Amino acid sequence: MDGSGGTPAGDATSGAAAVEMNGVIALLGGFPALSGLDLTVAHGEVVLVAGPNGAGKTTLLNVCGGLVPVARGSAHVLGVDLTGDRAALRHRVGLLGHRNGLYGDLTVSENLTFWSDLVGATPEETARSVEAAGLAGRLADVKVTALSAGQRRRTALAVLLIRRAELWLLDEPHAGLDPDGRGELDALIRLAATSGVTVMLASHDLDRSRDLADREITVVGGAVVEAA
Amino acid sequence: MSAGRLRAARRIAVKDLLVERRSRVLVNQVLPFSGLVMVVFAFALGTGGVLERAAPGLMWLAVLFSTLITVQRSFAIETADGALESLRVAGIDPVALFLGKAAALAVELIALITVLLGLAVVLYGAEPRAEGVVLLVTTAISATCGLAALGTIYGGLAAGGPGRETLLPLLILPVAAPVLIGATRGVEAALGTDRTAVSEGWPWVGLLTVFAVAVGVSGALAFGTLIED
Amino acid sequence: MTPTTSPQPTARRATGTRATRVLGIVTLVMLGWLLLFGLVLSPADIDQGDAVRIMYVHVPTVWLAYLAFIVTAVCSGLYLFGRRHSLGFDRVAGASAEIGVVFMALTLISGSLWGRITWGVYWQWDARLTTTALLFVTYIGYLAVRGLEGTRERRARRSAVIGLLAVVEIPLVHWSVRLWRSLHQEATILDTDLDVDIDGLMLFTLFSGVVAFTLLFVWLLLHRTRTIALDDLLASRGLDRAIAERRSEVTSSGSIGGGS
Repeated sequence: MDGSGGTPAGDATSGAAAVEMNGVIALLGGFPALSGLDLTVAHGEVVLVAGPNGAGKTTLLNVCGGLVPVARGSAHVLGVDLTGDRAALRHRVGLLGHRNGLYGDLTVSENLTFWSDLVGATPEETARSVEAAGLAGRLADVKVTALSAGQRRRTALAVLLIRRAELWLLDEPHAGLDPDGRGELDALIRLAATSGVTVMLASHDLDRSRDLADREITVVGGAVVEAA
Repeated sequence: MSAGRLRAARRIAVKDLLVERRSRVLVNQVLPFSGLVMVVFAFALGTGGVLERAAPGLMWLAVLFSTLITVQRSFAIETADGALESLRVAGIDPVALFLGKAAALAVELIALITVLLGLAVVLYGAEPRAEGVVLLVTTAISATCGLAALGTIYGGLAAGGPGRETLLPLLILPVAAPVLIGATRGVEAALGTDRTAVSEGWPWVGLLTVFAVAVGVSGALAFGTLIED
Repeated sequence: MTPTTSPQPTARRATGTRATRVLGIVTLVMLGWLLLFGLVLSPADIDQGDAVRIMYVHVPTVWLAYLAFIVTAVCSGLYLFGRRHSLGFDRVAGASAEIGVVFMALTLISGSLWGRITWGVYWQWDARLTTTALLFVTYIGYLAVRGLEGTRERRARRSAVIGLLAVVEIPLVHWSVRLWRSLHQEATILDTDLDVDIDGLMLFTLFSGVVAFTLLFVWLLLHRTRTIALDDLLASRGLDRAIAERRSEVTSSGSIGGGS
């Protein structure tokens, strides 16, 4: 377990790691998208997951989110054993893939109140999240389909804030955003990180994302090849 | 059933109805389709006595076809931008999800049935009678609950992955037979088609109710597994 | 039958064993026996004539089709609620449903041929016939669900749930169809095949048919279950190779820096 590729030097609290993976193999329709991956991510860390297309970055995030089962190996996320019942993990993880998970026909505030009602967030908490995501005011009553790509992304992240997700798994969050959109998104991710959220960020936009991340790992062939 | 589960279910149902109020897909597309089906039946069967006698059955056939599209729409809302996936990752109670989706579907179907019943009166000359009103309403409600539960079960399965839409009619239609049979006989008795007495309709309401409860309970239990991937 | 939990690495490459070969030979002999008695030795019926011979196929296939669906339901339950979630039960459930659908098709075809000769029509809207047809379509749907993508365990769980849902739905379908037919029509037509004046030899032939088709069912079930197990084995062996290949990508690119 110790000495795995992803363990940062001098990590004194490996028992309290947010993500702990050993020899994880995960399958996509019979294909080993993860082929024995070792990784440790500490609480509150922002980790950039780099690597070529098809390396297994998305699958890694999906495994952490409990969407793709662990076929072999051991994996714990936020202390929950992924090879067992993943139900306990579910509400604590936020996964944002290529899609935003929003209802296009509803407005921003309707989408957000839907989620805050579902998870039982108070109106103050919701208002704070909306404020943090820069969605207060005029934007709140705009239909999601009428938003820019960046605004939609921020709405999706606001849902994660409202859900008080402890681990954010962001798959190419910058894709399709203009420079302004990226800047606003980065600010929001930084804000979440300073409040103790652990972030795993898969990205091609390495220069941009390095500024955000505490640490960078590279995934190739479904395993971590280099941890910086 | 816990209060939290019911609250979540209601929230999901309200959301579905709100989406429909905004998008008006059912009003603008499904409803005209249903009406068209009623008209096309007349082309196939010819006017005259046949239509009036077959009116209840034709109406429920139109309802059944429209249910398939409504179910598809109900889950297209969830899959268009990955909302269902977000709900799953967030660990939203699948029982609440099932109940909420089914409730919204039931409300939409009841509205549809009301319009189609009106059309049956106008187009097919099916005349409701005062003593059959209670039977008519109970039949419609119990049949709708069964259809909504059935549609939600298989709609959830079909929404789980791409390219599964074509599976929906194959899975739903054979097991919808009790609803089609029961609802048709119930409405026949309510309208007095073929000089049937109102009292003859009540056993069918019993059948429809048992169906709705059995399918509803098993659907609530099964839904979590069916939407898993 | 004790389904194996997971395919053994040392599992046979063929699906036959000495036991199944013996079973296969006995099945063939019994089918020949059935042909002999059904077509040659047993007499024609007084009312139905030679058409009665269809019954020697029709009756065994219908009861085996129902048996097959019961096996599917039971194995679905055992898979879902068993402590070990043994994939062996899932394989038996799938194999049984496939055989059931084939036997059900034979039932419907032989039944309608018999009906054409005896009643003058291929189809009667009788409760039993209608339920059988709906059951047939329901299990075609079940097989379609089995074919959906996903990991092996997810497919097994999903299929088991659909298999158990059918157990809830089919009795309701049957009940509704019976209620429907009892209203407008005397439900006696089908009874003609029951109150045939069965003589001893005819009864014996029918019994032979049931035995022959039951043996056939067991033989098919064993082989089909094993071919599914071999498929799973193949997939898991291919997996080991695929993992090795994928790992080699890692080592070959180990020198690539993080900033590539």
